[in-house]
Formats: sequence, C-alpha cells, structure tokens
Amino acid sequence: MSSQEIPEDKHLPSEQGDAHHGGVAVADDPFADPGLPVHKPRIQDIDDRAAKRSERTVAMLFTVSMLATIAFIAAYVIIPVDKIVYIFPLGKVSALNFALGMTLGTALFCIGAGAVHWARTLMSDVEVADDRHPIAAPADVKAKVMSDFAAGAEESAIGRRPLIRNTLLGALAMVPLSGLVLLRDLGPLPEEKLRKTVWAKGKLLINQNTGEPLRPEDVQVGSLTFVQPEGLEEGTHEFQTEIAKAAVMIVRIQPDDIKDKRELEWSHDGIVAYSKICTHVGCPISLYEQQTHHVLCPCHQSTFDLSDGARVIFGPAGHALPQLRIGVNGEGFLEALGDFEEPVGPAFWERG
Amino acid sequence: MSTATDKRKAPAGERVADWADGRLGIYSLAKANMRKIFPDHWSFMLGEICLYSFIIIILTGVYLTLFFHPSMNEVEYHGSYVPMQGVMMSEAFASTLDISFDVRGGLLIRQIHHWAALIFVAAMIVHMMRVFFTGAFRKPREVNWVFGFLLLVLGMFTGFTGYSLPDDLLSGTGVRFMEGAILSVPVVGTYISFFLFGGEFPGSDFVARFYSIHILLLPGIMMGLLVAHLILVFYHKHTQFPGPGRTNNNVVGMPLLPVYMAKAGGFFFLVFGVIAAIAAIATINPIWNLGPYRPDHVSTGAQPDWYMGMPEGLIRAMPGWEINLWGHTLVLGVFIPLILFPLVLGAIAVWPFIESWVTGDKREHHLLDRPRNAPTRTAFGVAWIAEYIVLLIGGGNDMFAQYFHLSINAITWFVRIGFFAVPVLAFIITKRICLGLQRRDNDKVLHGRETGVIKRLPHGEFVEVHEPLSQDKLHTLTSHHQYTPAEIGPTVDENGVERKVGAMEKLRVKLSKGMYGEGNQIPKPTVEEYKEIQSGHGHH
Repeated sequence: MSSQEIPEDKHLPSEQGDAHHGGVAVADDPFADPGLPVHKPRIQDIDDRAAKRSERTVAMLFTVSMLATIAFIAAYVIIPVDKIVYIFPLGKVSALNFALGMTLGTALFCIGAGAVHWARTLMSDVEVADDRHPIAAPADVKAKVMSDFAAGAEESAIGRRPLIRNTLLGALAMVPLSGLVLLRDLGPLPEEKLRKTVWAKGKLLINQNTGEPLRPEDVQVGSLTFVQPEGLEEGTHEFQTEIAKAAVMIVRIQPDDIKDKRELEWSHDGIVAYSKICTHVGCPISLYEQQTHHVLCPCHQSTFDLSDGARVIFGPAGHALPQLRIGVNGEGFLEALGDFEEPVGPAFWERG
Repeated sequence: MSTATDKRKAPAGERVADWADGRLGIYSLAKANMRKIFPDHWSFMLGEICLYSFIIIILTGVYLTLFFHPSMNEVEYHGSYVPMQGVMMSEAFASTLDISFDVRGGLLIRQIHHWAALIFVAAMIVHMMRVFFTGAFRKPREVNWVFGFLLLVLGMFTGFTGYSLPDDLLSGTGVRFMEGAILSVPVVGTYISFFLFGGEFPGSDFVARFYSIHILLLPGIMMGLLVAHLILVFYHKHTQFPGPGRTNNNVVGMPLLPVYMAKAGGFFFLVFGVIAAIAAIATINPIWNLGPYRPDHVSTGAQPDWYMGMPEGLIRAMPGWEINLWGHTLVLGVFIPLILFPLVLGAIAVWPFIESWVTGDKREHHLLDRPRNAPTRTAFGVAWIAEYIVLLIGGGNDMFAQYFHLSINAITWFVRIGFFAVPVLAFIITKRICLGLQRRDNDKVLHGRETGVIKRLPHGEFVEVHEPLSQDKLHTLTSHHQYTPAEIGPTVDENGVERKVGAMEKLRVKLSKGMYGEGNQIPKPTVEEYKEIQSGHGHH
C-alpha cells in the first residue's frame, strides 16, 4: 500500500477522475468524464496546399530575420552614434538607437513568430496523456531510507558520544563570528557625526546660484534662496557628504508674521535660515509657497510652515526642520552664529 | 549505443551523443524528458516571460559591465553629450553617459536591460497571480511557490540596486530614502547605515558596493532559485485545467520535442524581440536629463521604478509619528512602513500554508481550480491586489494629484483610509461575484445554455430555448472539489471523558466554516437534481 493512498477523511471530497480513469462515460452519471475529445484535424493536416503555405510563411519569417540582422550590422556601421532624426510620432530620437533596436527586434521576433507558426500549423497537435506518479516515495523506499539513516547515525556514534556532538555544534555556531567581525571595517562608527555640520560661528552664507556671500538686502520677501557654508568646494567627496547635511534655505518673512518666538530670535530682520534636508528621510526640500510660507518636500510631500518654527503641517515627517541661527557680520554679510543645535535630516535612534 | 562490433558507422550527431552519454548519462535524462508532456493554456506563458526576461537581463547586463565604471570618483565630463560637458560627476554617472552616447548600441542595450527588468518584475507578479487564483500552489508545489516569492522579492531589490548605480539625481534620491529608512531602525539603524555607506551618506562607497550586490550576490542567489524552480516544475509536472480526459493522475498536452521546443523556444525570441523594439522607441531612465546626484538637489515628481511604488506608498501615507523617550527616538513614521513592506508583500506568500492547514487536505493537487470555485481564496487574492494598488496610488500621489487635478492631501487621506477599507471591500465584492458565478454555472448545468432563441408557445407565452450542455461541459463544470467545513466534533467520548479542544483547532474550524460553510460556497448540482430537472423538461 503506497503512502499516497488517499486518506479517508470524511470532510474531503472524493478525488475527481479516480473512478473513471480512461474516460469511459458511465451511462448513469451525466457528469462523468467522457475522456479526451477526438482530435480535430487542422486545415494543414488535410490540405497539402495549406501546409505548403504554412511552410512558406515560416521560411519567409526566418528569411526576414536574416535580412534584419544584415540591416542591424549595416546600421551599426553606417549610422553615426550622434545622429538625431525626427520620427513620427516619437519625435527627435537617436537614429542609431532606433535603427539597431528595430532591426534587432525584427530579427528576434521573426525567429519567434516562425517557430511558433511552425509548431501551431505543421507539428502534430494531437494531445496525449502522460501518467503522473506520486511525489512521495512508497513506504518500502521510506523504510529503507530510515533504516539506512539509523545505521549511519549509529555508526557515527553521534548519539552515544554527546561530548563530540555538543562541541561540534559549538564550533559550527562560533565559526561564522569571524565573518561577522570582518565586516567591522565596512565603515566608521556613527559617534557624533550625524549631529555636526560644517556650519560654525562666523561662517558666511554663500548663495548657491552666484557663489557669492549674501547681504540681507539681497534677500527679497517671497523668494527662496539656497545657501551653503563658505569654504565648501564642489567636486569632492567631502562636498557631497557635507552638503548632504549643511544645505540651507533662507526666506524673508515680515517679522510680524513670524509666530514662533525662538524663530524670530534666531532670524535677522525677518530673514530665517532652515535646514533644507527633510526630517522625514532626507530629501532636499525645494518647493516654497510664498503666500503661506509653507515649504513642501517633493519626495513625500511633507509640508512645513516656515513662519511657525518650520513645524510639520502635513505629510509623513516627524519633526520640524532645524533652524540655523544667523546674524550679520561687520562687513554687512549674513553669517551663521553657530552650528545647528539639533541633528539635521532624518531621525535616528540616538537622536533623542 | 554503438559498439565495436557494430559494422554500421553511426552518424556524427549520434557519435557525439554517445560520447556525452558515456560521461553524462544524457540518454536516461532524455528518455524521461525529451517527450515530456506539457499542457497548453495561455496563462502558462506568464512564467516563461519571467524566465526569458531574466535571461535577457543577464545577457544585456554582462554587456553593460564591460563599459560601466562602478566608482564614485569625481571627474569632469568631456564626452559627446554637450549639455553636460565640464560638469563634475561621479565616474559611474560619466560612464553611464558614455554608454548612452559614445558606445554604439550602448543606449539600446541599457534600455533593453531596464525595460526587461520592469517587465521581469511585472511578469513575476502576474505569474504569481495565475498560480494563486488557480490554486496551483497546493501540494506538492508549496516549496516552489516560496521559491517564486523569494525570486520576486530578490528581483525587486536587484532592480533597486541596479537603477541606483548610475548615480543620477533621481536614483540618488532613492538611495537617500533608503538611508533614511535604515536610520529609523531602532538601536542598530545608525550603525547599519554607516557600515553600508562606509560612513556618512552618500560617502564614496555605495556605488561599488551596490554594484557587487547587483551583478553578483543577488543574481547569483536568483540563478540558484530559478534553476531549483524549473527543476521542480519538471519534477512535479505541470498542472492543468480540468476538462474531459484530464484527471489528477495524468497530464494532457503535447510533447516537449518538438512542439514545446518550438513554442517555448520561439516565445523567447518573441519576448526578446518585443523588448528590443520597446527599447528602440521608448526612452527609459534618461539620466542625461536628470544630471548627476547632489544631496541638496532634487527633481519634482521623483518616482522610483514601478515595483518600488508599493513601499513608496507606505512611506508617503504614514503619519509622521515619532516617540522621544530616555534620550532615544523611535521613528515610527518611517519604521512602521519599513516593517509593513515585508508584511504586506508576505501576506500572499503564507496563504498556501494557511489554506492547507484549514482544509487539512494532505493530497496532491494537479488539477487547477477555476477562481470562482474557491471564493475565499479568490477574494483574498483580489484584496491583496487591491491593497497593492492602493499603495501604488499612494506612491504616486504627486503624479495623481498633477494629472487628475486633485488635492495631494486628499489622495494621501484616501490612501490612509483605503489601506484598511479597500481590501475589505474588495474581499466582500469578489466573494459575492464568485458565488454569483457559481450559481450561474449551476444554472447552466441544470437548465442548459441560453441559446438566444425565443419560442412562442401556443398560449402566447414567450420562452427562451435552453440547450442542454454537452457531457464535456457538464463534466468540466461539475468536476471541482467542494470541501465540507470542519467540525469540532463531540467533546465527550463514549466513556464520558472530556476532550480538550485547543484554541488553534477552534480557529481552524471557524476559518473552515468561513471558507466552505453555508453561504460561502454554492453546493454543486447533484446527478439526482440534474436527472429530475431533465425528466421534467420544459419547466424553466
């Protein structure tokens, strides 16, 4: 008796098809399996001219594929890589890309279409049935495996000598630790790095558009200006990593409109400087609505009110944008009065 | 096999085969598989699209590695794309520009690679839906279902690490999002981020690290899973839809050689050809428009590749909860979406195990279900799809707001509520539709097919003529399984000893009633019902 014998659970329906495998219709049972339907010949099976037509179609598709490959090579050689052409309705496109793609596509597609047409019209389409066999092994095979395993385990003596077993398990459990330790030098420890930016007392606010230091009178009401600290050089890794924390946006708001007391204190003549890095997951905030003083992060739509301590008024961000305390130096340029007092960018476990 | 005594000289092909058989045993392999029978149905092609797009991705990916420089060294661009000349950028970005503008055919291969990746993940989801809704995941195929699901998850991450490699403005924003998500992990998040990026974001390591993950680690695992997946498909033999002559103990179709060799082999070329044509006419990921990544720059409408839209929706819809306690921050607004991502995705993956636990069915199933005949399963699958779509809408909330002139806040609120409500609605509606379709099948079996022919009876009444179904159809419509719901059974045995019923067993019985109890499936017509109605013909 095989282990695949259907269990006699009462709530399980009987497997269909078991009773009348072979497809003999039982007169009493109108729902019985009538067996495989008779094969219906295709036109190609009975009309030799139709079969010939199919043959020619297939051969033609394969020939078109060959021609397309030749065209591909020709296009590769002839068309310059920078040639731009107008193709309706695509507009202006790279001539080489279009030619190579279409010829390669045609060459491949025609092989496929030819093969499928061949299979559908000329190869036999008589359906045949194959028997399935249970996946699980019969009981005698299982018994043999179990006794083999028992014999092997017995000969290894692993059950009788637990000291060997336990120390082996210990050794195998510990050896991956070496691999784990080796990962240590993937990067430095976080330490205080996420808390500090290059902003410091006396650092001038450099306009990112002009590269020049800003004077208060350069900042108009209603405009959003992106600034970076002086001394940051573009085109270096340090720049990428530092600007990822130090990017700042400034706006000028009528001092009367500033609702937050500390914001007013840290501003200069209505000019407020806030971190440009969203406190959600770190996208740079770039959209400013001058009437409401709202800024919006284009990535996940967190919205902050710059006239009220940059608190979150919509979206997934969890806390306000950090403000940079600014003033004016002796020469009349805007300068930072220190670093941010809290970490910029997304929140993290140690942020507190 | 030809031997020395064999006077006839075997043809060259046979001699090569003999050589290989003596070393590899190919004749035994071919005996079992060369004329292996495959059943035919259009939906069985979906898995093939996955396989073929994966092969296309490997082929084009190898080509791209010949030209791509996975380095974040800053260089000044001097290639032939004029608008970027003189711009500082990473070598990764510069070499991607070179592939697009200076290598002949490089742009085509890049676009085939990217399009094939999008199609690969999409095809995997559709293939998974086919397997789910037809119950093809049932014993003995549960392990293969899990392999397939892992391939889907790995495919998503391979895609993500791949489109991050050019180090362009859009993908860099995506990597920043990933960094923010990692930072939200309690206790170890900051450390994982520093180890992954070799320090602070973006640092100068992640392109090279993503590169080895993208071209070696993940595809290597996927290749192994894929081979295992295919071996199991061969070993289990393909499932088939019920029909005349098709039973649980056979497989009806056409042989591998020649029909499926030609059909499946040809289909590879069809898929490749179509993707090549798409790559010729539809630009994808035009990094030259985006420019190199800078952490303080961003473009509006920043959207990930489509398959990352679902986690994107989670993170966009989640309210910004943050808990600050004892000097630490629990960033729930980001961490909850991070946890929900595998949970939502994995909900579909565990269904086969829940279903087999509820039914207690230990038999092999090789005949597919029609979705209507498993109403609860179908409703669950549709609910999952509905959830997925809600999150896709959430992930593209800015796009929807822009194109449909809607308020972005309204869309976000729709997603927040819809996350809970839409799957429930989808479940209820789908189940009702399934039950309705079951009733319709019953009607067709018992009363025949509506012919559309109207007959006027002598006394003036109009009736539609119904035509009895053929035995083929009757069999197809009535051959499916119908489980009877599980019962707790007597809790006191014949000796009066009380039997304890565990909470899990009670849950199982409850679920079983919900899936197979009264009102949750329409009992299929019995032979007696059929005969009674047929004998009293004319009563409609």
